[in-house]
Amino acid sequence: MLDVRDLKKSFAGFLAVADVTFSLLPRSVTAIIGPNGAGKSTLFNLITGHIPPSGGQVFHKGTDITAAAPHRICRRGIGRSFQHTNIFPGLTVFECIQAAFIAHHGRGRNIWGRAERLYRAETDALLGRLGLADKADAVAGALSHGNQKQIELGIALASDPDILLLDEPTAGMSAVETRETIGLLRSITEERGLTLLFTEHDMEVVFGIAERIGVLHQGRLIALGTPDQIRADPEVRRIYLGGH
Amino acid sequence: MPEPSFIFGQFVGGLTASMFLFVTAVGLSLIFGVLRVLNFAHGSLYMLGAYLAWQIMNWLGPGPEHFWLAALGSAVVVAGIGAAIERLLFRHLYGREELYQLLFTYALVLVLADVCKIVWGTQQLSVSRPLSLSGGTTIFGTLVPHYNLFIIVLGPALALALWLLLHRSPAGRIIRAAVLDREMLGALGANVGWIYTGMFALGAFLAGLGGALVTPVKTIVPGMDVEVIVEVFIIVVIGGLGSMWGTFLGAVVFGQVLAFGILLMPRFSIFSVFALMAIILIVRPWGLLGRRLTR
Amino acid sequence: MKRIPWTLVVFAVAFFVPWLGSRFYTFIATDVAILALFALSLNLLLGYTGLVSFGHAAYFGIGAYTSAIMMKTLGLPFWLAWPAAGLAGGLFALVFGFFCVRLTKIYFAMLTLAFAQIVWAVCFKWNDVTGGEQGMPNVPYPSLGWMAAIPGLDGFRVGDRFYLLTLTLVAIAVAALRRIVASPFGRILTLIRENPERAEFIGIDVRRYQLAAFSIAGIFAGLAGSLFGIFNRGVFPDFAYWTKSAEVLIMTILGGMGHFWGPAVGAAALTILNLQITAYTEYWPLILGSILILLLFAFPGGLVGTTVDLARRLRGGTRGNGGRDARRP
Repeated sequence: MLDVRDLKKSFAGFLAVADVTFSLLPRSVTAIIGPNGAGKSTLFNLITGHIPPSGGQVFHKGTDITAAAPHRICRRGIGRSFQHTNIFPGLTVFECIQAAFIAHHGRGRNIWGRAERLYRAETDALLGRLGLADKADAVAGALSHGNQKQIELGIALASDPDILLLDEPTAGMSAVETRETIGLLRSITEERGLTLLFTEHDMEVVFGIAERIGVLHQGRLIALGTPDQIRADPEVRRIYLGGH
Repeated sequence: MPEPSFIFGQFVGGLTASMFLFVTAVGLSLIFGVLRVLNFAHGSLYMLGAYLAWQIMNWLGPGPEHFWLAALGSAVVVAGIGAAIERLLFRHLYGREELYQLLFTYALVLVLADVCKIVWGTQQLSVSRPLSLSGGTTIFGTLVPHYNLFIIVLGPALALALWLLLHRSPAGRIIRAAVLDREMLGALGANVGWIYTGMFALGAFLAGLGGALVTPVKTIVPGMDVEVIVEVFIIVVIGGLGSMWGTFLGAVVFGQVLAFGILLMPRFSIFSVFALMAIILIVRPWGLLGRRLTR
Repeated sequence: MKRIPWTLVVFAVAFFVPWLGSRFYTFIATDVAILALFALSLNLLLGYTGLVSFGHAAYFGIGAYTSAIMMKTLGLPFWLAWPAAGLAGGLFALVFGFFCVRLTKIYFAMLTLAFAQIVWAVCFKWNDVTGGEQGMPNVPYPSLGWMAAIPGLDGFRVGDRFYLLTLTLVAIAVAALRRIVASPFGRILTLIRENPERAEFIGIDVRRYQLAAFSIAGIFAGLAGSLFGIFNRGVFPDFAYWTKSAEVLIMTILGGMGHFWGPAVGAAALTILNLQITAYTEYWPLILGSILILLLFAFPGGLVGTTVDLARRLRGGTRGNGGRDARRP
C-alpha cells in the first residue's frame, strides 16, 4: 500500500530522519511513536511531499511518489491531518467540508456554477458521521480545539483517501474527547477499509487501536512490530518506555 | 567605441548616483531586516531631510561650512520623526496583516508629501555646496567635482561604519539576532520594543541624511519622494532585502546599469533597471547577497 | 424574509442619473462605475485569493492603451477594442502572474510592483506607439449615434450616452465577477486565502489557481482601463504607475475587502469625497492619507465590513470580528 525505503532528511547537517524503511499493508492500523523531536512530523512531511527528502524513496501502490507535489500526492488517495490544527478558519464548518468535496471531485475549474449547491448531501452525511451536524453553520475558527480537530479529520475524509496519515489526532483533547475521537476513528477506518498511519503521544490510544507500532528515536526507526513485541522490546523499554 | 575617458566619466557618474542612493537605501534595508516591513514612507523621510537641510541652511544664514551642520541636523530631526512615528503609530500594526502595514506607510507618503507642500510650497529650492568641496579634480580627462568624490568615499565609509555597528558592538549583536529570529529576541531578555524604535530611527536618520546630502546636486521639488522610493526599492531588491552589503552592491549595480543603459539604449534605461529588478525577484528573490527567508 | 436585490436596485437607480440633467452628476457616476469595476477586479485577488498585488494598475493601463491604440491609431470600433482590452489585460496578467505566483507575500507584492513599473516605463518611453510622456490625448468616443434611435435618449449629450453604455458594460462585468466568486472556482480561491498549505493537501494546485485568479483579475482591470481611457479623454503613463496601484488598494480597503461590494463602495466614497474636497482645498492627499490612517487603526473591516458588523451587533447576533467573517462568499 505504502512503501517507505531508506527515507532520510537532513537540515543543515542535522539528521532529522535517518534511513527509515517500512511498509503499510492495506487496511492496517499503524502508529508511529517517539519522543518530541524524534522526527515524526518530518517523516509525515516527507511522505506527503511538503518537504523534499535528502534521500530514499516513497512508493504508493507501487508508484514512486518521492517528492511529488503535495496536491498530486493527495489526489492519489493519501489524506492527512496536521499536528497544528490546519483548517480554513474563516469558513463555516459546512463550507470547509463542502469545499473539500469540491476540490476532491476536481470541480474547481468550474467558474460559472454555484458552489453552494454542490455536494450538500455528502457534506451533511459526513458532518453527521463526525457528530458536527449541529455546528454546521458555525465559523470553523471560532470552535473549540477538539471540534477543529474533527473538522480537520472531516476535510481529510472528504477527499475519500485510502490511506490516512494523522499527526497527533487527539493532541490537546480532553479525556472524553479523546475517547470519542478514537471510537470514531476506529469505526470509520473499518467502514471505509482505510489504511491508517498516525503519530500519538497518548500511549493508551496507541496500544488501544494500533495493530503495529513503529518507534522513532533520533530520526531512526528502532523497532517495528505488534504492540506486544514493542512492549517486550528491550531497546524500546530502555530509551522510551523506561520512564513509564 | 567611445573614448575611454568618456566611459570613465559615465562610470564615475553612475558611482556617484549609486553612493547617494546607498545612504538612503541602506536605511530602508535595515528597517526591513528587523521589522520585515517595506516602508514606502522612506522616500518621504528622504524628502523631509532635503527640505529640512534647506530650512536649517536658511536659518543659519550664509556660512561656508554651514552645510554640514544643516545636513547632520536635518538627519537627526528626521530620525526623531521616524522614532515618533514608530512609537506612536506604527507599533500598533505589528500584529496586523502585512497589507495594513504597507498601506500605513503609504498613507504616510500622502500625508508627508502634503505637509512639505504646506510648509515649503511647490517652488524648486536649492542648496549650495560647502565651500571646502566646491572645486573639482580632473581624473582621466573627466572633471569630477570634489563634492561627488566626497560622496563616493562616504558610501563605503558609511557601509563600514554600519558593519562595525552591527558586528562589533553589543547593540549590533542584538540587532542581528532580531534579523535572524524575532521570537528568540524576547528569550534573550532584550527589550524588543526599543530595538524596533531604534532601528526605525536609524533608518530614518539615513533617509534624512541621504536627502540632505543630495541637495547640493539636485533641486528640492515635490515628487522627489515617490521618485526616490522606487529607486531604493530596486536597489534593495537587487542586493537582497535586509542585507547591508547587498544594498551596497545593489546600489553600485543600479548606478552602472543606469549610466551605461543610457549609452546603449537611451530610451529604455529606466526600463532596464525595472527589468533587472524583476529578473532578480524571479531568479533569486532573496537578492544577490541576501539570505533566503523561511517566512 | 425576502431579500431585497440591492444590486439591481443600485444599478436601476444609477441608470437614471443622466435624467437629472447635470453634466457633473453624470461625470461622477461614470467615474465611480469604472473605478468600482477596477477595485472589484483587484478584490478577486486581495479579498478572495489572499494575494496582495501592488501592481494592479499595470493591467488597467494595458487595457487603456490597448483600446486607445485600436480606436485612435487603428480606427477600429469600440466593440472590438473593449474585449481586446480585457484580453490584453488578461494575457499580460497570465505572463507576469506566472512568475509572481511562485513568490510569497512581500516578494509577490514586490514583483507585481516591478512588472507594473516595467509597463509604466514602456508606456512612458515608447513614443511611437504610446505617445510617451505626453500619452495619447483625445481617444475617440465610441459611436453612440444608435442610441438616438431609442426613445427618451435622443436628446442626450455624448457624455450621457457614454455613461449609459459604461454602466451597462460595468453591470455585465460585475455580474460575471459575482458569478465567478460564487462558483466552485471561487470557493477554491477562498480556501487558498484561508490556508494555502491545507488547500494544497486536499488536492488543489495552489499556484495554478492563483495564476487563474491573477489572469481573471487582469481581464477585468483591462476592461475597466479601456472605459477609463475613453472617459478620461486620453490615456497616460500614470495609469500604470505604482501610485495608481496604491490608490485602487486604498479604495478596496476603504470599502472593505471582506465583502463583495466593499471595493465598489470604497471607489464611490473616495471618488465623491475627492471631488467634494478638491473644491475646497488642494491638499487632497493629506486628507486621503489621514482617512487611510484612521481606517487602518479604527475600522480595519472598511466601510462595508464595519457596517455589516454593526448591524449584526445591533440585531444581537454573534460578536463581530471586524467584518472578517463577512468575507465569506
